[in-house]
Amino acid sequence: MSSELSAPPRPAQVVFYNDPKVRSVAYQLALCAVVAFLVYGAASNAIENLARAHIASGFGFWNNTAGFDISQTLIKYSARGSTYGRAFWVGLLNTLLVAGVGIFFATIIGFVIGISRLSRNWLLAKVAGGYVEIIRNLPLLLQLLFWYNAVLKALPDIRESIAISGGIFLNNRGLFLPQPIFKSGFGAVEIALLAGIVGAVAFYIWARKRQERTGQQAPMLWVALVLVMGLPLAAVGFTGFPLGFEFPQAGRFNITGGVEILPEFAALLFGLSIYTAAFIAEVVRAGILAVSRGQSEAAYSLGLRPGPTLRLVVVPQAMRVIIPPLTSQYLNLTKNSSLAVAIGYPDLVQVFTGTVLNQTGQAVEVVAVTMFVYLVISLGTSLLMNIYNSRMALAER
Amino acid sequence: MTMAKGDLVVTELAFVRQANIAPRPPPAAMTGALGWLRENLLSTPFNIALTILIALLFAWAIPELVKFLLIDAVWSGSDRDACLESVQHREIGACWPFVWERLPYFVYGSYPISERWRVDGFFVMLAIGIVWLLWLSAPRRDLAAVYFFMVLPVASFILLTGWAAIGLQPVDTVLWGGVLVTIVVASVGIVVSLPLGILLALGRRSHMPVVRSLSVIFIEFVRGVPLVTVLFMAGVMLPLFMPEQLSPDKLVRALVGIALFASAYMAEVVRAGLQAIPKGQYEGAMAVGLRYWLMMRLIVLPQALKVTIPNIVNTYIGLFKDTTLVFIVGIFDLLRTIEVARIDPKWATPVTSTTGYAVAAIFYLVFCYGMSRYARAMEARLAKGDRR
Repeated sequence: MSSELSAPPRPAQVVFYNDPKVRSVAYQLALCAVVAFLVYGAASNAIENLARAHIASGFGFWNNTAGFDISQTLIKYSARGSTYGRAFWVGLLNTLLVAGVGIFFATIIGFVIGISRLSRNWLLAKVAGGYVEIIRNLPLLLQLLFWYNAVLKALPDIRESIAISGGIFLNNRGLFLPQPIFKSGFGAVEIALLAGIVGAVAFYIWARKRQERTGQQAPMLWVALVLVMGLPLAAVGFTGFPLGFEFPQAGRFNITGGVEILPEFAALLFGLSIYTAAFIAEVVRAGILAVSRGQSEAAYSLGLRPGPTLRLVVVPQAMRVIIPPLTSQYLNLTKNSSLAVAIGYPDLVQVFTGTVLNQTGQAVEVVAVTMFVYLVISLGTSLLMNIYNSRMALAER
Repeated sequence: MTMAKGDLVVTELAFVRQANIAPRPPPAAMTGALGWLRENLLSTPFNIALTILIALLFAWAIPELVKFLLIDAVWSGSDRDACLESVQHREIGACWPFVWERLPYFVYGSYPISERWRVDGFFVMLAIGIVWLLWLSAPRRDLAAVYFFMVLPVASFILLTGWAAIGLQPVDTVLWGGVLVTIVVASVGIVVSLPLGILLALGRRSHMPVVRSLSVIFIEFVRGVPLVTVLFMAGVMLPLFMPEQLSPDKLVRALVGIALFASAYMAEVVRAGLQAIPKGQYEGAMAVGLRYWLMMRLIVLPQALKVTIPNIVNTYIGLFKDTTLVFIVGIFDLLRTIEVARIDPKWATPVTSTTGYAVAAIFYLVFCYGMSRYARAMEARLAKGDRR
């Protein structure tokens, strides 16, 4: 500003190799060169090794006939008529199935245990603490093997199946349940269910807007229950009960009909839910402890009763702390479901990285595809998480 | 209303008591054993119900457990007949003779019997290193790190794989197994993952775009996939990427997989510590003229690592549990030796599996719980400085 001041003396010229900018460029170029060299070396070795083993690279195998059976398939699949590509989808769906059901149970158990650890009942808090300490300090694989080999495989064999009322059978080959059969006319029930869900969402939006405008609260839970449960039930009544059950039949050597829950699935589900629940319990406990006591005291002094205090003041603030680590626990559960390979549940890794890789020898492609799937799940979830976090972040001054 | 009169003579107010209340009985004891019981176990009907339920659970579970592990357990015998209900005509609990007989296999795997002293030597050296590092008033603790991170790996490598020149007969890693492999995998993971994790964390916070993006890609990639697939990649793809004559053996491949996996997780733990260091520390270090590595070594890392010690130990616990996954790529760690032994026809009984898993559970529980206690004690010790 002031023109009287003379310009500061220029600093002495630095030798170019001491210039931080030059150095940083040089370091980065060197790193690039090393990485490029490693990649080149690995690639050329791979090409040479593959050529020696007579393995054609590429995804040509994707449409070849698979020729192996899979014990649990959610989509149509047969050894003779299906391709490796189909086997991939079967495995992926099995992974998603066990992860989804596992997340459901792990959340319930985890929240119960986490809240129990903070209970005023000393005994309950100690039991919950013991659960967390023991389960977290045992390897998941050991727990899976225990459930599978020591518990489920020790059930009586098929001829001495335990018959539970309602046509349910339990033995060391699985749990056999009646299968619902949808007769013609069931479509109306599905439409009613869909209409009920849409109606409930619409009512929620309307009730919310009205509450913001006028302060009046609507009996949200009851209306939603009537819409989602009542409408389909009414439709069932109107269309003359278009629903039957196929009961499993116990034969001499096998049980036919019905739905079968594989012991592999059950063991994986038990192991994953119980293990992840211990971690979720810690997340929940930390989240609840993170809400300072002043918050609930302030709510009480405003005249809120314990129920609304928890629902309107404590839980929303705790959830802000709980949800990010909770999502990462969900991701861990999904990734840990790959341990299925140890007990033979046909998940993505067992079917694709196990059987398909062994049959085709396409190591690079198969492992790359498997990793890509898990990466998409992980990165997709963290993207959603970041969006959620930026929306939920505390608006600080 | 009575108030409408505007007359505030107290005696006329209907809601004001005319006579003193009879004194209430003194409150029930709030101190002592009885008060504690009332406060913590029996405060509400719901709590009473819970307490009774849990007491019933204990009354059922603890005798069952004691019965299985001790009372009904078999303590001696030479084969499965000792542990078979149909032979012994009594209820059978844990089958301990199976464990006694297989204990050497669980500890050493198939390591040659005449060479097993070398494994013992490795365990002793490792124990010395751990005690030296963790015992806070041990002498010359500055040398402990050098011993643990430099001398120990080299010495154990020579001791375990053998070196014909000094008369140690080479032992192929295929023969290694049991606790030996579990400890080797865990220690390699522990020794490699910390320095590599620190480098990756520094790389992720670097100002150089190439360094930063390579670190981010590596960390996010490894953290996004399950360890099983990393092990498969190391097992199947590593031999492809190496020249044929250099193809690493199975154990080394698994070690590479575990070490890379643990490093990525360690990097995130260290990064959290680095972020907790205020910017003034960096600026202060630069102002006194320290260069990058000196600044990191003398100012930033000591503070950052101090706050992350509990998390580092937690990562180590996770790593220790994850070593069981080498089972899946066909390496004989403790869990796999138990898995092999329990289906051996010589000892095949209905209780063999449970006994074997109980042994594994006790082993992992002791190690992991020990580490987590250490982490907690460390946390408390480090928090002393912040207490006011």
